Amino acid sequence: MSLPQPPAGFLDAASGQPLNPAAREAWMAAADAGWADPVRLYREGRRAALLAEAAQEAVASRIGARPDEVLLVADGCLPTVIESWLRHTPGHLVCSAVEHSSVLAEADRLAARGGRAEIIGVDRVGRVDGTAYEEALPGAGLAVLQAANHEVGTRQPIAAMAQAAEAAGVPLLVDTSVTLGREAVPEDWSLLLGRAATWGGPPGVAVVAVRRHLHAPPLELPRAGLPAALAAARGLEWAEEHRVAESSRARVLTDRIREAIPPAVPDVALLGSDDRVDYLTALSCLFVDGEALVLGLDREGYAISSGSSCVSDLRRPSHVLMAMGALTQGNVRVSLPFGVSDATVEGFIETFPRVVREVRAMLHVDDLTTEPPDE
Amino acid sequence: MSELPRPDVRLNERGHRCPMPVVAVARAAKEAASGTVIAVACTDPGAASDIPAWCDMRGVDFLGSQPEADGAVTYLVRTR
Repeated sequence: MSLPQPPAGFLDAASGQPLNPAAREAWMAAADAGWADPVRLYREGRRAALLAEAAQEAVASRIGARPDEVLLVADGCLPTVIESWLRHTPGHLVCSAVEHSSVLAEADRLAARGGRAEIIGVDRVGRVDGTAYEEALPGAGLAVLQAANHEVGTRQPIAAMAQAAEAAGVPLLVDTSVTLGREAVPEDWSLLLGRAATWGGPPGVAVVAVRRHLHAPPLELPRAGLPAALAAARGLEWAEEHRVAESSRARVLTDRIREAIPPAVPDVALLGSDDRVDYLTALSCLFVDGEALVLGLDREGYAISSGSSCVSDLRRPSHVLMAMGALTQGNVRVSLPFGVSDATVEGFIETFPRVVREVRAMLHVDDLTTEPPDE
Repeated sequence: MSELPRPDVRLNERGHRCPMPVVAVARAAKEAASGTVIAVACTDPGAASDIPAWCDMRGVDFLGSQPEADGAVTYLVRTR
C-alpha cells in the first residue's frame, strides 16, 4: 500500500494525522463485518468477537506482548489506569515533570486524596533527572515515564529507568503516546500505553498493555468500538512496516528545520536535543505572540501546534516548557505526518521567517531584536 | 529571597499577557545604563520561564523573583 498523502502544509501529526491506508481499509471492513455486539453468541456476534481477537493479536505481536495482555480502549484513559493501579497497590507514584498534563493532574488528585506523588524535574532539553528518578523509586506503587516528550520530542532514558524500576520492584508504565508506530517499541515495560492517532490509526483509540505476571488489578477502561479497534491494529501493522524508512526521511527534514530557521529568524531558541523523536521538533521565538504566530501560519496554509499560553486550553504556558526553563512565547511544535512532502517542509522553512517578522511588526518590537541576519 | 537589590526602574506589567512583559523589560533594558536593576511585576505565568530565558539570550543577569501580596510576581534583572 502506498504512503498516505496528508494535506499540503499539515505539520501537526502529533495531534493526529490522516488514517493510514491499512487503518482506513480495516475500518471500512469492520464496519461491514464487525458491527454486532461481540459478547453475543449468535453468528454475527461471534464474527465480531473474532475480529476483536484479531485486533488484539495484531497489536500484541507488534509490541512484544501476549494477546491477553493487550486492551484496545478509549483514548484519555491514562489517569484511570494510574488511579485504579494505585488503589490496589500500596506505595507512591513517581513520574517526570514533563508527562502528559493528565498524568500530572492525576498526581495532584492523588496528593489531594492523601497519597504521595514524586514529580521528578528535567534538564534544559527536557530529559528527566535519572538519578533523582531512581532515588524516588523505592516503595513506589507505580512509576510513569514517557518514551519521548510530546512537545519537544526529547527521548527519555527508558532502558535505564526500566532497569532501575525492576531493581526496586516497581512496575514501570511507559507512555509511548508519541512514539508507538513511529519509533522502536521499548523492550522493558510493565505497562505500556500508546495512541492510535500517532500512527495514523483512528483518533480516540489507545492501546493499554499490562504484563500478566504483575497480576494487575482489573482495569475498568471503556473499550474502543470494533471498527476503531481493528483500524488501530491494522494501522499499527502498517506503521511498523513503514516507520523505519519514514523516520529517516523525517529526521533529515526536522534536522533541516533546525538548521535553516535560526539563521533566518533573529532570536529563536531551538528546544530539545538531538536525541529526540525523528518526526518532531520545536522552537520558540522571542517577542512573538504565539496565537498570532499560529494564525499567521494558518493563513499561509501551515498547521502547527503551540505551547504558548495564549494558544493553550487553559491560557497557561505549556508545563513542559516551564519545567525545562525554556522560552514559552512564540512557541511552535512541528510534527511530520507519514508521507509528508519535502515541499511542505521547504515551504514552511521559507514562510516561517516572514510570518515571525509580521507578528513582530504588529508588536512594534523590530528595534528590540538582534540584528537581522544578511538575506 | 531576601538579598535582592533595590531596583532603579520599576515596571508594572500586571494583566499584560505574554510576550508583553518581556517586551517591556527588554525596552527598559535597551534604554538603561549598564548595571541598572530593573524590577518587573507580572501576573502572566509564562514570565517565570520567559524572563530568565530572555536574560540568557541577551546576557542580562537574572537576579531572582519575589511574590507580591496581590498574587503578582516581581522579577529582577540587571543590565550589563
